Amino acid sequence: MHLVVCIKQVPDTKNVRIDPDTHTLVRQGVESIINPFDLFAVEAALKIKDEKGARVTVITMGPPQASESLRDTLGLGADDAVLLSDRAFAGSDTWATSTTLAAAIRKMGDVDIVLCGKQAVDGDTAQVGPEMAALLDIPYATFVKKLELPQSGFLKAVRQTDEGTEIWKIPLPALLTVIKEIGEPRMPSLRHKMRAKKAEIPVWGAVDLGLDPEFTGLCGSFTQVVRVFSPPRRSNRIQIKGTVEDQAEQLFQYLKNAKVPGL
Amino acid sequence: MKATIDRKKCTVCGVCSDACPMGAISLQENQVEISDDCSLCGICVDTCEFGAISIPEVGKGPAEDLQSYRGVWVYAESREGIVHKVGHELLSAGRVLADRRGVELGAVLLGAGIDDGIAEELISYGADVVYIVDSPELAHFTDERYSKCIVELVRRKRPEILLAGATSMGRSFIPRVAASLGTGLTADCTELDISEEGLLLQTRPAFGGNVMATIICPNQRPQMATVRPKVMKPVKRQGHNGHIERVELPAECFEARVEVLEVIAEKDQTAKLTEADVIISGGRGLRKGENFKLIEELAQLVGGAVGASRGAVEEEWIAPSHQVGQTGRTVAPTLYMAVGISGAIQHLVGMQGSQVIVAVNKDPHAPIFDVATYGVVADLFEFMPAFVKRIKRERGGEA
Repeated sequence: MHLVVCIKQVPDTKNVRIDPDTHTLVRQGVESIINPFDLFAVEAALKIKDEKGARVTVITMGPPQASESLRDTLGLGADDAVLLSDRAFAGSDTWATSTTLAAAIRKMGDVDIVLCGKQAVDGDTAQVGPEMAALLDIPYATFVKKLELPQSGFLKAVRQTDEGTEIWKIPLPALLTVIKEIGEPRMPSLRHKMRAKKAEIPVWGAVDLGLDPEFTGLCGSFTQVVRVFSPPRRSNRIQIKGTVEDQAEQLFQYLKNAKVPGL
Repeated sequence: MKATIDRKKCTVCGVCSDACPMGAISLQENQVEISDDCSLCGICVDTCEFGAISIPEVGKGPAEDLQSYRGVWVYAESREGIVHKVGHELLSAGRVLADRRGVELGAVLLGAGIDDGIAEELISYGADVVYIVDSPELAHFTDERYSKCIVELVRRKRPEILLAGATSMGRSFIPRVAASLGTGLTADCTELDISEEGLLLQTRPAFGGNVMATIICPNQRPQMATVRPKVMKPVKRQGHNGHIERVELPAECFEARVEVLEVIAEKDQTAKLTEADVIISGGRGLRKGENFKLIEELAQLVGGAVGASRGAVEEEWIAPSHQVGQTGRTVAPTLYMAVGISGAIQHLVGMQGSQVIVAVNKDPHAPIFDVATYGVVADLFEFMPAFVKRIKRERGGEA
């Protein structure tokens, strides 16, 4: 069985903040990390590998330095990694990203399960997984929290929805996007780390994927950012002071005036 | 490709360099350089007060006859004959867009055994026409069937705009609709507007809510967006007239490779975070699991849901389905009350869209107070019982 995990290198948003005076993004000390949801996807793949035996390939689309994230996943136990990198990929929206990732998966040919995190924490779109599945014309399930392979050729996925949970039976090949409950990522092992250090990570560009650069990156995107601005600031920040009884009274009045339901 | 700088306008002030999340802009001796790290995100463009930075436009592609697409559509999500509130919210927002364009507002209902009554309800929120696809195959949601039905409807009727709620259902299958139609999609919008030329201006938070971005889809139709629930206001339009059109679709629209084995509704009402008007959330400040009863008691009193920080979930004080934040749920209730939560950025991105935020914390410097509408610096073990008592007193008075 061949499993492909799609990951994304993202800025560590916990260090991103807005300068209160200039209203611009302060990136000082912002490091790149693997999107946390994608680590759950890697873990899901490695669990299948542990239980059933499988080859796990991790791919990402990004600048050359994104290969470091791929190397980290080899340290966790993934077998292979491929970097999709080309200046022609810059500025991709979710459609162009899906096109590029789908082309790589098609090139590999023998993929049984594609795993993605439910969304990336920088863009928060949750669109690339489903769009990729549509382009590959394979079935998919989003927000998967539990995964079983009870019989060959099928998988059973437990999805978390806004209303509860759903259990789906899906024929392979299939694509899944996973959430935290699928399992906390393991720690890298020394053995895998040693191998990861020496591993060759191939780089595929537009030509390797058989993609016309005119249809990748910003050129191949359908959506465009036309304006970026700071979110409006909350104007009425009120500190409620006094004894706890005073505080309770004031908060109660404020919330009642704000017509909060239930109060 | 990367951002370009008009050297005649650039004053080498360095503001763009500080703003670039990729670290791709550097200040050389007397000019600004943009490296290949540029991801064309466009953040720098707005920071430049001299208008010196521009990014190239998206590919023109074979711009189809865009004018042949007319009308604004809303996918009205429903389960078991009940329309999700976000459908009413989007029709109200869609009504404004349709009026500005002078076009029809359509609603789409998919399901099994759909009653005309719920379509009438959509008309009362401004729909001019409600398209119903009714089939036993649509009883349970599957991405394949639901997307194939909408794709077929769009191909037949050619609306210029298609909106859906950014719910777990919308965010799951709408991307498949967009990819099948070969058009752009913007996720989780919080604001919609329309330009003179009919371009949908889709505004959404990015970089964990640290910036807002306005996005357009210039050359493909329909222009598609999912919109966050509870952001748009539902407006009833008494006396608004519309008609219902039941549409027959070919059998292949109802084929699916996925089989739904079981649908289990969440029994724990307090875990229904995305629907709740009020969420009371607890964090590490509660010190132990049993103290969550302070949170639960208040939530029950006001009919709200119970949320939790990552810390509280990691301590196993409460189930992961209650977690709010980056790796949990994104919520935007009328009232979000954070109790004993310090407010790590991962938590803030999941709740800062809430209308009213109350923070209760002992530490006056806790970052949660930066986003709180009302800050209560207090020992939660003293404050919470006092607050509950105050509400109960009011209730007693009413009785």
